[in-house]
Amino acid sequence: MIALLLATLRTATPLLFAGLGGMFSERGGVVNIALEGILLVGAFAAAAATVLTGSALIGLAAALIAGVMLAALHALVTIWIGVDQIVSGVALNLLAMGLTEFLMWVFFGSGSNSPRLETGSMGGVLGRLFVELPPLTLLALALVPLSALLLFRTRFGLRLRSVGEHPEAAASLGIRVKRTRLYGVLLSGALAGLGGAFLSLNAHYFVKNMSAGRGFIALAALIFGKWKPWGVLAATLLFGFAEALQGHLHAPWLPIRFVQMLPYLLTMIALVGVIGRSRAPAALGKRT
Amino acid sequence: MSPRKILSAFWQALWPPLSALALTFALGSAIIAAIGENPLSVFALIFREGLTSADGFARVLNDATPLVFTGLSVAYAFRAGYFNIGGEGQLYMGAFAAMLVATALPGLPRVLALPLALLAAALGGAVWGAVPGYLRARFGVHEVINTIMMNFLAVGITGYLVVHHMKERGQMIPHTPLIPEAYRLEGFGRSGWGQAIGLDSANPLGPSLVLALLAVAAVWFLFRRTVEGYRLRTLGLSPAAARYAGMSTRALTVRAMAVSGALAGLVGVHEVLLYRHRFLDNFSSGLGFLGIAVALMGRNHPLGVLLAALLFGFLNTGALEIDIFTEVPRELVMVMQAMVILFVVAASELASRRAKRRRKEEAA
Amino acid sequence: MKVRLEGLSKSFPGVRAVDQVSLEYESGKLYALVGENGAGKSTLMKLLYGMLPPDEGRILIDGAPVSLGSPQDAIALGIGMVHQHFMLVDTLSAAENVVLGAEPLKGGLIDRDAARRAVRENAERFHLDLDPDAPMESLSVGEAQRVEILKVLYRGAELLIFDEPTGVLTPQESRFLFEILRRFTGEGKTVILITHKLDEVLELADEVDVMRRGRYVGRVSGSEASAEGLARMMVGREVLFRVEKGHARPGDVLLELEGIGLDAAPARRALEDVSFSIRRGEIFGVAGVEGNGQREIASLVTGMLAPDRGRLLFAGEVRPKLDPKGARRLGIAHVPEDRQRTGLVLDMDLGENLILGQEEDPALGSRGLLWPSRVQDLAARRIEGFDLRASDPRQSARELSGGNQQKLILARELARNPALLVASQPTRGVDVGAIESIHRLLIEKRDAGMAVLLFSSELSELLALCDRIGVLYRGRMAAVLDAAGCDEEELGLWITGAKEAGHVS
Repeated sequence: MIALLLATLRTATPLLFAGLGGMFSERGGVVNIALEGILLVGAFAAAAATVLTGSALIGLAAALIAGVMLAALHALVTIWIGVDQIVSGVALNLLAMGLTEFLMWVFFGSGSNSPRLETGSMGGVLGRLFVELPPLTLLALALVPLSALLLFRTRFGLRLRSVGEHPEAAASLGIRVKRTRLYGVLLSGALAGLGGAFLSLNAHYFVKNMSAGRGFIALAALIFGKWKPWGVLAATLLFGFAEALQGHLHAPWLPIRFVQMLPYLLTMIALVGVIGRSRAPAALGKRT
Repeated sequence: MSPRKILSAFWQALWPPLSALALTFALGSAIIAAIGENPLSVFALIFREGLTSADGFARVLNDATPLVFTGLSVAYAFRAGYFNIGGEGQLYMGAFAAMLVATALPGLPRVLALPLALLAAALGGAVWGAVPGYLRARFGVHEVINTIMMNFLAVGITGYLVVHHMKERGQMIPHTPLIPEAYRLEGFGRSGWGQAIGLDSANPLGPSLVLALLAVAAVWFLFRRTVEGYRLRTLGLSPAAARYAGMSTRALTVRAMAVSGALAGLVGVHEVLLYRHRFLDNFSSGLGFLGIAVALMGRNHPLGVLLAALLFGFLNTGALEIDIFTEVPRELVMVMQAMVILFVVAASELASRRAKRRRKEEAA
Repeated sequence: MKVRLEGLSKSFPGVRAVDQVSLEYESGKLYALVGENGAGKSTLMKLLYGMLPPDEGRILIDGAPVSLGSPQDAIALGIGMVHQHFMLVDTLSAAENVVLGAEPLKGGLIDRDAARRAVRENAERFHLDLDPDAPMESLSVGEAQRVEILKVLYRGAELLIFDEPTGVLTPQESRFLFEILRRFTGEGKTVILITHKLDEVLELADEVDVMRRGRYVGRVSGSEASAEGLARMMVGREVLFRVEKGHARPGDVLLELEGIGLDAAPARRALEDVSFSIRRGEIFGVAGVEGNGQREIASLVTGMLAPDRGRLLFAGEVRPKLDPKGARRLGIAHVPEDRQRTGLVLDMDLGENLILGQEEDPALGSRGLLWPSRVQDLAARRIEGFDLRASDPRQSARELSGGNQQKLILARELARNPALLVASQPTRGVDVGAIESIHRLLIEKRDAGMAVLLFSSELSELLALCDRIGVLYRGRMAAVLDAAGCDEEELGLWITGAKEAGHVS
């Protein structure tokens, strides 16, 4: 039972990072389809940096930076040049795929996976604990209340929300809409980058196309969780649970394909029901 | 319109993709040079195979064919004002439907079998496109998220069915058994005239190319010469005017997404009937998403889509060449494809901004 | 606080919105700024609020000239504006909306208590009852307006500008607002009230400033002002564009509205008990300041909206479920107010615009086909027939002038000989020459038996063209007048509500 819970937490971790990141971007009004790509570059950057320097911490930092850079590109292209946010997201996902595959050859000399990542291990009780409950997972969980605080109790959070709902009103009060949106997008890059780092560091390998659709599941979790931190947590736990359950129970009657489809199906249903109750930030996807 | 105006309109449409290509090639050259190869020779290699032999060009055309379908699919929906990024799911459903028909009705004569399978492919994609279309028309749910979700659903459903119920035994990569003889299409390389013009007997180019060209012509005709096309264009350019004119915007929406899905579904003809003669789990390597790139490069015009698909066909074939013959990995082409999309949309956006600004200045 | 406007001017392409306006404001008074549509009131206040830079002139506060580059500058100097269209974020609470952009902080986080306190203090001082923590979504329109007011008070406004504040309020909410305004002036603040409703002006204003066509006409003290006097100043004696027209010979009744009611929001009626009828061969005009229900009536008759109460009859039959397609089939044509967004597809060529709504015409192709050559032939015929100045039928509609765009729409709508033409602001933004030909065209069609429902904010146009004129005020048809026996002054009184409640002797 405990094992199942821990497995759920681990599975949910990258989704949670990406989902929270997506939340900050979308609360500001910028759709970020590129979460998938950011997860991927984050995973790759963490792997590459760890292989090069032998330090997982530097890998983490590299993932953060890579995520922020890709997000910055998204922000530049959509907020300043005015390209459609969906198109930009799709293009960046393709770019991330191509870049990581290309750079895999350059860094690892292989087209399919990296060498094993030695992230070091701690001895004793703490060490064993961290195998089951990795520090990054704890960080992700801690980020939930922190995000709630940031979003609902700080000046930045209030302005971000206003910009995502009614940018004209915010602008009329002197708030710099573009800049605020930029910060939201950059934050999404940082968080999703960390999520990517978890993917490769936890598995001790970087594999081609490692993100495997998790960025889209995170998007689904975001919608399902109604763009709120605790909602995102609940959604990612739900999705993570389904996947963990399948693996743990070795239930042949519950095909993994069905489990994998569940998040998407649930999200579609939620979207139809969501209209009228809670909704996306009103200015989401629109330019201004 | 005056010839000068026509030229200027052409230039307006063409310079974003051209400048995007130029920029991409420039960046690509930088990367190639950094690896230690000569950019010019690498680019020459990319295009060499396709341009110097009939067999090579046929392979390029073959790579382009599925992209024509998915590109037309995205362009069609775009023209009506909708964002169909569900091409990936729709093509899976189309392919699966074609395979199902072939498996369920093995005894049909060829003259019935082929059209039926084609219809099934189109219908499979159409249904998969109509669902998000309906959800948008009736509930206002944005089709972008729904089509993404349905992509995964399609892969999941078809994958499950193939793996658990229809798999040919003892195979590592799950796929269905060969479709009956009546349903199979053969590559041109197998025919006498094909070999006469220089095609290798294993050349995969086949009748799906003809279908693709017909689809291009059909979409063009629909948009330019029919009432439905006029209405779709109106809806895409001004939904308010469409409503004012009494057009049934809901029905138009669903129809647009359905046809868009059907076009993507036709990839099934290429994939199942011609290429593999079976349904292979997870066979698409992002054809749906590349379709978006093709549509954007082609400025959502059927002819543009054809040309853009051709370009991407060259890049795909060329990627293999440079992979074999140079130090440059084929993934560079993927990177360049992504760069092209980014640059094209950025350039298009900047171009339309400049046009708007010029119009404002003239009015003042 | 003394505010002085000196020689302010502002022009936009084609129109001089504000022309050398000089005014002075003192504290503790309520100034009403009145004028017709397009008189320049809103533009003038936008200059004062820093939303637009003036072309000429300057603004002085307490004797010192100030430069207002943005609303933030105006706010810093104590000028606040409550907009007609609220700038509120629905998902935030009332207090959050008030402090947005100037949030009080405590330890890095927003100091909620300080925000609540600030809101409550102002609310109590001016009797703006409001729960600071109330989510915006739960507030009524009147309460939402109070949040807007609190926004400007929180930022220390001493001069408050209100732009048509009662347009969205129920009568009761308007009463509350008036009390609030009186309290402001009682505390020494200056209030400028932009309005077209003379009954409000006469009740509230200490001074009334009148603008007409961008120019400042004059100031009347509140105690001396009368509805007729103000209406005369607002409307003036213009030379009328009188087109040669004979008397109408109206036929039988074509369109009837009976007891039509339409709700814009719970408790607010956009239309209330509207009844009138139009005959064939007559031009029926609807006068009224924008926002009094004109758009709604036009939408109802053309099938874009359905009424909540009452019924609509066309050619003697009740039409309960009218949609745009059905309306067209009945022979109702529509020249929409928003011609560029609704009436035209700007990026299509002239030919394709000329068949909008008529694309199924068998002359253009059979069985769903549409032949461009036939479309262009049709276009050429119509362009010539309606004297459209277009160099090339393949140019896009975007490139046409306003007048030609309107002629295109008219050509299209009139081509099928409709029984009823609904025309909303048909000559807005159109040059004089085109106006003349459009007017002549409408009279011609009337004489041939067509009925016209004409919405216009130009009183002179209504008087020149119409046979009968209905006046809309606050969603009601206040009167239906004979055009022949009416003049601009009288119409001006009606559309500003001065006549309704018996303000005129």
